[in-house]
Amino acid sequence: MRSFHRLSATAAALPEADIDTDRIIPARFIDRRPQDGLADCLFHDLRFAADGSERPEFALNRPGWRDAGILVTGPNFGCGSSREHAIFALLDWGVRVVIGPSPAEIFANNAFENGLLMVAPERAAVLELLGRLETAPATTVTVDLERQVVEWDNRSVPFAIDPRRRRCLLAGLDTLALTLAMTERITAFEAARGEA
Amino acid sequence: MPLTMFEKIWRSHRVAEEDGLALLYIDRHFLQDGPRRKFEVLEEAGVGVRRPDLTFATVDHYVATDGTPPEALPEGRRRGIADIGRDAARHGIALYGQDDPRQGIVHVVGPERGISLPGTTIVCNDSHTPTHGGVGALAFGIGSTECGHVLATQTLWMKKPRTMRVCVTGRLPEGVGAKDMALAVVGRLGAAGAAGHVVEFAGSAVAALSVEGRLTLCNLSTECGARSAMVAPDETTFAYLAGRPHTPAGLAWERAVGRWRMLPSDPGAAFDREVAIDAAEIAPTVSWGISPDQVLPISGRVPDPDMAPDEGRRTAWRRALDYMDLKPGTPLDGIPVDRVFIGSCTNGRIEDLRAAARLVAGRRAAVPAWVVPGSAAVRSEAEAEGLDRVFRDAGFEWRQPGCSMCVAQNGDLVTPGERCASTTNRNFIGRQGPGSRTHLVSPATAAAAAVTGRLTDHRRLARG
Repeated sequence: MRSFHRLSATAAALPEADIDTDRIIPARFIDRRPQDGLADCLFHDLRFAADGSERPEFALNRPGWRDAGILVTGPNFGCGSSREHAIFALLDWGVRVVIGPSPAEIFANNAFENGLLMVAPERAAVLELLGRLETAPATTVTVDLERQVVEWDNRSVPFAIDPRRRRCLLAGLDTLALTLAMTERITAFEAARGEA
Repeated sequence: MPLTMFEKIWRSHRVAEEDGLALLYIDRHFLQDGPRRKFEVLEEAGVGVRRPDLTFATVDHYVATDGTPPEALPEGRRRGIADIGRDAARHGIALYGQDDPRQGIVHVVGPERGISLPGTTIVCNDSHTPTHGGVGALAFGIGSTECGHVLATQTLWMKKPRTMRVCVTGRLPEGVGAKDMALAVVGRLGAAGAAGHVVEFAGSAVAALSVEGRLTLCNLSTECGARSAMVAPDETTFAYLAGRPHTPAGLAWERAVGRWRMLPSDPGAAFDREVAIDAAEIAPTVSWGISPDQVLPISGRVPDPDMAPDEGRRTAWRRALDYMDLKPGTPLDGIPVDRVFIGSCTNGRIEDLRAAARLVAGRRAAVPAWVVPGSAAVRSEAEAEGLDRVFRDAGFEWRQPGCSMCVAQNGDLVTPGERCASTTNRNFIGRQGPGSRTHLVSPATAAAAAVTGRLTDHRRLARG
């Protein structure tokens, strides 16, 4: 796994609640292999009209946000399908961090497993940041995993993260390698319980 | 201390604990024709599948429902089907391929084959995996990378969810079924209302549901953000499971039933949250928007965004009405539809097809209408009962099993701008194809919409 410590970048705002993974990447692109690139599919039907032209009002089509490294979202971001292509499309576009209150759980797990940092500060703090990006879209936002804070201007807001996840992300540790080292315990568990 | 059913299953599957996360043993792992990232994870780690005997693969997302063989499909879909075939063969995993009589949508196949059993932990790279909770299993939808972890270790790291009990008491009114109950629950809780929770559905109205109905109910729990959902196993569950290909037999069956009887939550067990719903107040329910919690009784009217309780919902409702091309105040009963779809992991089971066929018998479809059985077994059973004739005689298309138009990944699409009454689980923007407009409904409501060409209170047809 790619390690993550700290990122300072411009941040695009997507304040709408309940943005589902079908919107992040429509199902018809799921038969593409992530290694062949998915950036062009990210938010495809929000970014492009039916005739293929760009919708200028969509966040990632705004000139200052085309290379945003951070996405700031409304609640329940990533709900719906468990498709990991949603994570790969975001990473491929260049997003390394998603900030949003109460993100959908499967999405957040998939993000962690693939080195996309998903952080959920308090809702009020996210609303404040969304408001700031509305008036000052060029604001640089810093996400510091070591100190567990999101910072912009003179503001600094904390976020909670599972300690094991934080450790894995900071060190770039692979979850599977850690579990494989516990194989004896799994074998003992299987032996002790018999068959289910 | 009295324990919830969730707590009992969680404790009996905990291999280790670290920093508040549990390493959970997984009893059953279902695979589909999805991204093969899960096998790439194994290859990168240089390990094999730990328990191929607990792993089962089927094809559902990419398969054509018009009988087109996989070889004749476009490259991406052909590769998806070929990949799972090759990976299953290489690792000794049972595969239910396109022409296999065991093939079908993974969440229909698991319970139907008796692979999904009470008290088991189940995972699958699909968000509707909580469906299997209908037989009393603890089932989680996970990502493909996590599936790789399960293939390699038969375990998964998980944060312990909170618990919620949703009690639906009393009796459902005549003509109101599990899908209506499920949509009503999602409407009541909201799209993220059960986030972080495992829901136990309980109460007399839930106990009165068939196992098929319980599977439908647990299936939709995903749409209110639940991590999983369950119904306690009972005599209905045991009668459903008895004699299925993978259920234990003989003495092992007696022992299993004995264990399963210990699973239900103990009297007095505490839940983090309790919700009570009166079954008598549930009506045939339809969605009007672009999120599964945007639902109303069929007697309702399209809501007015100006009357929304808060600014967030005002914006969301406006966006929904704009996408759905609906005007505030329009009665839902009577909205014209262009197409009807009956099928999916939500409503592709035999009972669903029977409910739809009862309405369709002796009538004609007024709009294009498809029936896609949830599995090859459901299809055979329906044909043995003559349901295919009922649908065909009414002008419906009777197709091969698969996910089909629910997720529109196999080329079965609602065309842009079309309005579809659908027995599926998601009315998201573009879910059934770019520009598609979905109304989530029960099988009976879908059947009524097909023969009238409109969203319709099916109870009127049944009486007429």
